[in-house]
Amino acid sequence: MIEFIATVLGATLRISTPILLSGLGETLIERAGILNLGIEGTMLLAAFNGFVVAQTTGSLFAGLAAAMLTGVVLGLLMGFLTVTLGLNQHVSGLGITLLASGLALFSFRLLYGGASTPPSLPESFRVIPILSGTPLGPVLSQYGLTYLALLLVPVLSLAITRTTFGLRLRAVGENPEAADMAGINVYRMRYLALIIGGALIGLGGAFLSLAQLGAFTHGIISGRGWVAIAIVIFGNWQPVKVLAGALLFGGLQALQLRLQAEGVPLPYEALLALPYILTIIALAIAGRNASYPAALLKPYRREG
Amino acid sequence: MPVLEMQGITKRFGPLLANDQIDLTVEPNEIHALLGENGAGKTTLMKILYGLYQPDAGSILIDNRPVRFRSPASAIAHGIGYVSQHFSLVPTLTVAENIVLGYEGRSLLQRREMEQIVHETAQRFGFNNIPPDALVRDLSVGQQQRVEILKALYRDCRVLILDEPTAVLTPQDAANLFETLLDLRARHLSVIMITHKLEEVMAISQQVTVLRHGRVVGRRRTSETNPTDLANLMVGRSTAAVTRKANHQASTASALNVRDLWLQDRRGVALLRGVSLTVNQGEIVGVAGVAGNGQSELVGVLSGMIAPDRGTVEVRGNALKLGDPRAFNRARVGRIPEDRLKGVVSDLTVAQNLALEQMEDFSRAGHVDYKRIEQHAERLIREFQIKARPGDRARTLSGGNIQKIILARALARDPVVVIAAQPTRGLDIGATEYVHQKLLEQKERGAGVLLVSEDLDELLMLSDRIVVMFKGEITGRLDATTATPETIGLLMAGGQQDRQANAISAQPLSGRDHAGLPT
Repeated sequence: MIEFIATVLGATLRISTPILLSGLGETLIERAGILNLGIEGTMLLAAFNGFVVAQTTGSLFAGLAAAMLTGVVLGLLMGFLTVTLGLNQHVSGLGITLLASGLALFSFRLLYGGASTPPSLPESFRVIPILSGTPLGPVLSQYGLTYLALLLVPVLSLAITRTTFGLRLRAVGENPEAADMAGINVYRMRYLALIIGGALIGLGGAFLSLAQLGAFTHGIISGRGWVAIAIVIFGNWQPVKVLAGALLFGGLQALQLRLQAEGVPLPYEALLALPYILTIIALAIAGRNASYPAALLKPYRREG
Repeated sequence: MPVLEMQGITKRFGPLLANDQIDLTVEPNEIHALLGENGAGKTTLMKILYGLYQPDAGSILIDNRPVRFRSPASAIAHGIGYVSQHFSLVPTLTVAENIVLGYEGRSLLQRREMEQIVHETAQRFGFNNIPPDALVRDLSVGQQQRVEILKALYRDCRVLILDEPTAVLTPQDAANLFETLLDLRARHLSVIMITHKLEEVMAISQQVTVLRHGRVVGRRRTSETNPTDLANLMVGRSTAAVTRKANHQASTASALNVRDLWLQDRRGVALLRGVSLTVNQGEIVGVAGVAGNGQSELVGVLSGMIAPDRGTVEVRGNALKLGDPRAFNRARVGRIPEDRLKGVVSDLTVAQNLALEQMEDFSRAGHVDYKRIEQHAERLIREFQIKARPGDRARTLSGGNIQKIILARALARDPVVVIAAQPTRGLDIGATEYVHQKLLEQKERGAGVLLVSEDLDELLMLSDRIVVMFKGEITGRLDATTATPETIGLLMAGGQQDRQANAISAQPLSGRDHAGLPT
């Protein structure tokens, strides 16, 4: 029983990691007043670029850098469309997801043709063994990126509440006119949020191709970006609560996988759907008290 | 030596010349009133001074040195402070956070230290009752305005611009504000106050610059002018004052009878708490109150847009189905909504908007007779002097003309009751007079008019009786002939009416009480 719990907890942390990383990135971006629906496509293209760079250079860290750069570039594109041009954020974000997904899948075809088995890395990130052999081993032995993601939770939480950067970020997302009147460059803050957030979203994608799977497939993201957006709302735009949301989803997913493995007499489709259904329910409950950043979705323009 | 000079400032918005060669000189220790009607170009000029707009021509001198403000940051650096009409505060941040925003001084925020500095600044300028750790959204409007002023002072401003500072204040808060401004002047600050209220200019300023249609039409020392002179400058013609209909000609037959309305929002906060009132035929009843004390909800119920939790509404003795706009429409309740842009469909034509509430009169078996809609519109356009053609889309019209469409639609069918919510908000003097005259006409022909307004002068001028709302309740009922702005103001701020003595006692106000915000 202890072993069962330990493996489920260990898997929970693993499965939560990409959602948490991307969710934290999205939190920063939304705090600045931008809903980045490009997240799903950004994760896919970042996972792909990271994979290709790691494979060709043989360096996993080069792959990570490429994935983060992908996130930054797509963040800048989102910024150009929604901040500089002031276009609709829904349309721009979905457009970026379509563009990035298309690019990733097209390049995948070009480079790997119709390979029947997904290409994989000769060596991917390994888990850091901690207390292995003890009952805590399966829980604590995680990828470095998982620990990074967990560390980022307090870091971003403090950055938002206790630093000048965070104060300005919140001001820009709540009342950009007021921020502008206070001499803050609203555009620059929004771009900054998109750059940092984009890098984190890229990391979230890279975790899947460079660590957890060590391979790239079409369906590698399969909705994790949308789940990240859901947990940002669930977490009321607070990093600690976003972590809670990521763990909830990851935990349900881990449990579901484990139950499948145990051979529970339920159709596996039902088990697969379980985390999503419960996420929707959790979101419906938590979403009732959600307090959106007041300027979310609103492009800022100084009149005159 | 003047502290500030603006010379030949010109600003165009498309075809509109908002500022035309404006000169403005402000001396040290001076409260300078910038007077003009809505749309005269006052706010545009000040936004140029604050770096929010770039002028097309003209120059700005501070201490005789030319400066150029590309953004508010450079204006702030030169000692300009600006309190806009819609406060530029972030409601979810604390007072201290709002004040230091943009000028934090370091990258890590020391909450304690930040609040201490803000507290000290507040003390230095004699601002009490501003807790640095409170969230701005929990403060009253008057307090928020003080936070805005404090913000400018924290940044060492030497010229403080206030845009219509009393528009949102109770008379008591306005009096406090004026004391503060005089105190700031004694501390060698200069103040530019945008206003269109003559009594404010006379009460507090030393110098007046009057704008009309984007031009300076007069400069006066306040000690050498008078309200009539200023009004004539401002309007460019002599205004016909609306005479108070003091003699109570109302019949005793009721037009509107509202009994015991209760309403809660989703969180269980009471918005209306047992509101009862009667409007007789041929009577105007005014509803006073600081915004957010239930007036909007009352109007919502009386327009049929909100179903209250409890209570009844009768029009000439017939109970109406609540929450059913059609029932109110059929009972001939003419409605002038608070937000006039919500009263018209902006993509429909003037004619269609005018017909909207009586489509059954213009259609047969679902087929609309556009010809008759057009004729109907032509008649109303003539009668209500709407400057538009029947085929113009509503969104191309000015605020005054949109309001006339709404008036025409509400009044054309000889309403039994008129619910007028903020009917003159944002209108210029001419349009305001027109609305007043129309409401008085309705009263004379025997309609019962409920007038909800934040403008006390308007209420005192038009109403026969005035009720005051505070926190969803009617806390005072006054005869308009004997009521004064002071008594109404006290009631608006939560004072109690002592029925026997007919006097009003103020109750001690805690911070958020007189904001009327849900606690």
